[in-house]
Amino acid sequence: MSATEVLDAPHHAEHGEHHHNPFQAHHFDDPEQQYDAGKLGIWLFLVTEVLFFSGMFCAYAMYRSLHPEVWEFSSRFLNPTLGAFNTGVLLFSSLTMAWGVRCAQLRQAKGLAICLTLTLGCASIFLGVKAIEYSHKWDLGLLPASMYTIQSTVTEHHEGISKWLVIFSIIPALCLAGFVGWWVWAWSNNKKAIADIAGPFAITAACYFLGVLFGMFFESGGDKEAHGPMAAVAHATVAHDSHEAHDEHATVGGSAGGHGTANAADASVDKPGGAGLFFSIYYCMTGVHALHIIGGMVVLAWLLVRATKNHFNEEYFGPVDYVGLYWHLVDLIWIYLFPLLYLIT
Amino acid sequence: MNLGFPFLLADKNETFWFPAQASTFAKEVDFFYWAVLWICIFFFVLVVGLMITFVVKYRRRPGYQGSSLAEHNNFVEILWTVIPTIIAIWIFARGASGYLDMVTPPAETLDINVTARKWSWTFQYPNGAISTQLHVPNNKAIKLNMRSEDVLHCLFVPAFRCKNDVVPGRVHYLWFQPIKEGVFDIFCAEYCGERHSEMLSKVTVHDVAGYEAWVADAAKPPTEPVAWGRWLYERQGCMGCHSTEPDKRIVGPSFAKSFGTTQKVLTGNQAGDEVINEAYIRESILNPSAKKRVGFESASQMQSFQGKLDEKQLNAIVEFIKSLRDGAPPAGTQ
Amino acid sequence: MSVVAKNAEASHAADAHEGDYLTHSRGFLSWALTLDHKRIGIMYLIGVMTSFLVGGILALMIRAELLTPTQLFLTNKQFNQVFTLHGAIMVFLFIIPSVPAALGNFLVPLMLGAKDVAFPRLNLCSFYLWVVGLIFFIACLLITGLDTGWTFYTPYSTTTEGPVAWATMGAFILGFSSIFTGLNFIVTINTMRPPGMTWFKMPLFLWATYSTAIIQVLATPVLGITLLLLTAERLFQIGIFDPRWNGDPVAFQHFFWFYSHPAVYIMILPAMGIISELMSVHSHKTIFGYTLIAYSSVAIALFGFLVWGHHMFTSGMADVTTIVFSALTFSVSIPSAIKVFNWLATMYKGTVQLTTPMCYALNFLFLFTIGGLTGLFLGALSADRHLHDTYFVVAHFHYVMMGGTLVAFVGGIFHWWPKMVGKMYNELWGQISCLFVFIGFNLTFLPQFVMGTRGMPRRYARYLPEFQDLHIMSSTGAFILGFGLFIALGVLIHSLMRGRKAPRNPWGGATLEWHCSSPPPHYNFASAPTVNEPYDYTPLAYHDEEHGWEYHQPNVRPTPSQSHPVIAKS
Repeated sequence: MSATEVLDAPHHAEHGEHHHNPFQAHHFDDPEQQYDAGKLGIWLFLVTEVLFFSGMFCAYAMYRSLHPEVWEFSSRFLNPTLGAFNTGVLLFSSLTMAWGVRCAQLRQAKGLAICLTLTLGCASIFLGVKAIEYSHKWDLGLLPASMYTIQSTVTEHHEGISKWLVIFSIIPALCLAGFVGWWVWAWSNNKKAIADIAGPFAITAACYFLGVLFGMFFESGGDKEAHGPMAAVAHATVAHDSHEAHDEHATVGGSAGGHGTANAADASVDKPGGAGLFFSIYYCMTGVHALHIIGGMVVLAWLLVRATKNHFNEEYFGPVDYVGLYWHLVDLIWIYLFPLLYLIT
Repeated sequence: MNLGFPFLLADKNETFWFPAQASTFAKEVDFFYWAVLWICIFFFVLVVGLMITFVVKYRRRPGYQGSSLAEHNNFVEILWTVIPTIIAIWIFARGASGYLDMVTPPAETLDINVTARKWSWTFQYPNGAISTQLHVPNNKAIKLNMRSEDVLHCLFVPAFRCKNDVVPGRVHYLWFQPIKEGVFDIFCAEYCGERHSEMLSKVTVHDVAGYEAWVADAAKPPTEPVAWGRWLYERQGCMGCHSTEPDKRIVGPSFAKSFGTTQKVLTGNQAGDEVINEAYIRESILNPSAKKRVGFESASQMQSFQGKLDEKQLNAIVEFIKSLRDGAPPAGTQ
Repeated sequence: MSVVAKNAEASHAADAHEGDYLTHSRGFLSWALTLDHKRIGIMYLIGVMTSFLVGGILALMIRAELLTPTQLFLTNKQFNQVFTLHGAIMVFLFIIPSVPAALGNFLVPLMLGAKDVAFPRLNLCSFYLWVVGLIFFIACLLITGLDTGWTFYTPYSTTTEGPVAWATMGAFILGFSSIFTGLNFIVTINTMRPPGMTWFKMPLFLWATYSTAIIQVLATPVLGITLLLLTAERLFQIGIFDPRWNGDPVAFQHFFWFYSHPAVYIMILPAMGIISELMSVHSHKTIFGYTLIAYSSVAIALFGFLVWGHHMFTSGMADVTTIVFSALTFSVSIPSAIKVFNWLATMYKGTVQLTTPMCYALNFLFLFTIGGLTGLFLGALSADRHLHDTYFVVAHFHYVMMGGTLVAFVGGIFHWWPKMVGKMYNELWGQISCLFVFIGFNLTFLPQFVMGTRGMPRRYARYLPEFQDLHIMSSTGAFILGFGLFIALGVLIHSLMRGRKAPRNPWGGATLEWHCSSPPPHYNFASAPTVNEPYDYTPLAYHDEEHGWEYHQPNVRPTPSQSHPVIAKS
């Protein structure tokens, strides 16, 4: 695992000699043992991750079974198009990640770097879409229990770019500027090794804004009453789209026929302890998941740096493999979150 | 006090281990406790006896050569697995059947509503009487419907051998049937904050006629406003945090010598002066955190009484506080 | 005495240039950045002992305040803060990391004949996470005002003032420290056993550590998410556990105890592992019923996940749930009983030597038996209805946690101390400390059983005068107990300064850690040592001039990588 550990032990010269690769830790007998240990370790870690999320899934199951009508009401405010889009993005990133592991095993450093860049890019797109979803909901007051705004009394119509979106985008914007600058500097000073790192990082940061654009596109699909075929499709597929339920606040008073019957139930669940509780759980689950995505991005960036240095080969590809497993798990959790939160009808 | 020797603690009502047996549960719980205690003593003596015997008998000493290989013995291993298992099953079964009795009230019960708050109890009887101590008739099944206004509490009557948590947002039940007249302790057994250990009350077990008389009397509040105010003060939980002696702080400000004075208050984060008058008191009861007295901000976790007191009752409390403006206990009330 | 000391110093100096792990490298950074499991273990040891000191002082404050029914020197608020921090520090900072992280780190690779744990950097990382958690708790101590009880029950914890978010984040971080330690041990034991060490040739301490590690990995994440949700509840009022927003406080209790009950077994299982080692080595006899003890560790670990509900018998669960939890609770008592009988049978016909570690082991057996048996009252539903949340519970879990884990931990320290620091200690004073702990402990907690049955609820700052005599007895006992533990600390410090040089194998242990010199060299073993039966004492013989045990045929013992021990002549 560590070069320094081997350097730490000069009097253990016998160990240094028969190492085929410089990343074998001194306390393992052979690379195979090291790989097995790492693999078992990461699997155990994934078990802890599953259990970590399981707590929230239990809370979800408990409150949903207690208040099914609240869940049905609240999930109307989530946009399944965005959720489905994000699911696709993550599935694609799982593919690129798996491909990356194969590249590492085949010593294809360049292929590995491309795959990792694609994975990072997808993660960024995911976060960009999530930023749109969050900022949109926060503008509408769809907040955790204590801060939830009762939707049937909302009269403001939000126009323009949300201030929350701006706040979310500060860090990605800084990253984008920084990485592009870094890349330009490396390129102009002919430091190819650094440019190889800075370039993908800049692409990753840029992908966040790509995600924001996608998000804006899908999110605004319902607002502009069926302008253009795409919006019409979005509108048709999302019959109970959030915008009907709140932007034209009259909905809860009964504009569309379909909502009329649900009015009484809506009024009783549209309160901080009702729908607010759903949003508490929604933010906890998706928020912790997003934190896992961000954590995964940090590790992927580390892998990318190592990939450009050609560290991985058929004997030593453990880290790529382990991160890959982690990434698949994060993906898998989203695949559970998506139907549980977005597709309740 | 009796020289710290616990065996002298047992007075005529109590055994060394237990308080008086005052409910139908007590006999079963005590018997069961003793049965398990003797089982435990048997195993404890066995284990410690063997331990001491082995230490003495097989101690390292000149001329003694112990064996260093264990003789495996399936028979004893099975024996000491099976016997404890059987005993454990018996303890479980007896405990569970006793428990079912304790949670299944009979069809006919006298229902009393209990409200717990930091840090007092209020008991409300079918005829509308309200008290801070529990009064029950002897030999009648009593069912308490318990609610909490703020945090977790737990109503525990050692003499009845039963307790149940009081959980905000839920209604929990506790039933028992007293078999002994007298006055017994009520404790709060679930940690609830600063005055948890002072959230004490008493349960008085009357004979049936005595109970009827008491409850009929308790249902009649005084009509004179100051006395009515004190009556409410004692029963609505005010007494737990506000004293009626000047400058005595329990948690919140004292009621004595406060009316008509000017105090520093915080409205939100805005400091200002406020005269303690009728309007201020009324607002502080209905919306306690609106204007917090400086120096009592941290204590201000009082619940709102909006909807729990009507205007006449509020007025009575204001009159009661007004009557304490000179610090002297108001005349004409008890 | 001074001659002995001089010799010890001289031999120590002779060792220094050859470099055991303590002298291998010098300087603050060589410790702070070390990846050596032994050094990390020692750092943990110092850390947990410091935490214990703080938690212990808080305990004595509680006992002192309870000398009188009315206020002595702590206000209600201060009393609540003191018992909260006592509980939180003892549970999260002391007991949970005590045996697994401190002794476990030192011993697991040595007992396995491995050079280190599988992930040394993760190991260091979990130590520093522990330190960060410690800082959070120290912050709570300094800010004061944490008065939720260590269980953080909602809605009190979400409405009270004070640094609740700090404490929960601290516990959250400590949880990850614990997870990483457990993960490391599972991987180490699974993948790094030397050739010949099958599962059933592992020392029982490793079985216990392995079972503990499983619980750490499986249960702690749930605590993590619970505390995270609680923090969110504090900061944003998300309402999941708060009745104001339709949340359910009892749900928090389920979440909390799903971790915290298995955590009880994180605390006691490694202690049982220590006792298995101590009983066998100091009786100089093969452990009785090895397989049964090993399996019972795993059984306890697994059953431990199913019994959390017994903390909530009065919380308002459905009756069926309550009864099922009661039944499951009794199922966990059987493996514990089996262990006690096996330890007893281990002494039978052996050669029992009342060394300090053995005194503590016997002390454990006495106290743990009481702790285990009193659990029967609490698992039985009708009795629990009366005893729940009284001093009976307090006494019960102190008998298990303190009389069990702490006493075993101290016994373990005395047992492996020569290996850790290379010095012997004064046996007589070690035994005297054990006697004081024994008397003090029973005097403290036996009266609490009686208080409990008489109805004294726990966490009371003030109490009815009728309980005062029992409280005075209890407080007296607490001070005797504290005194006993100070003697133990004094014995260890004295040994550090003036102790005789320890032989390779002072007690005649047959597990692999006794095969390397005391203290062990930096890289434990040059090559995987030959593995023999962990409890086979027949090839060992006592050598008077070394004050230690050696194998009859030198070739049975693997050569340590560095030096042969320098034999002290005293």
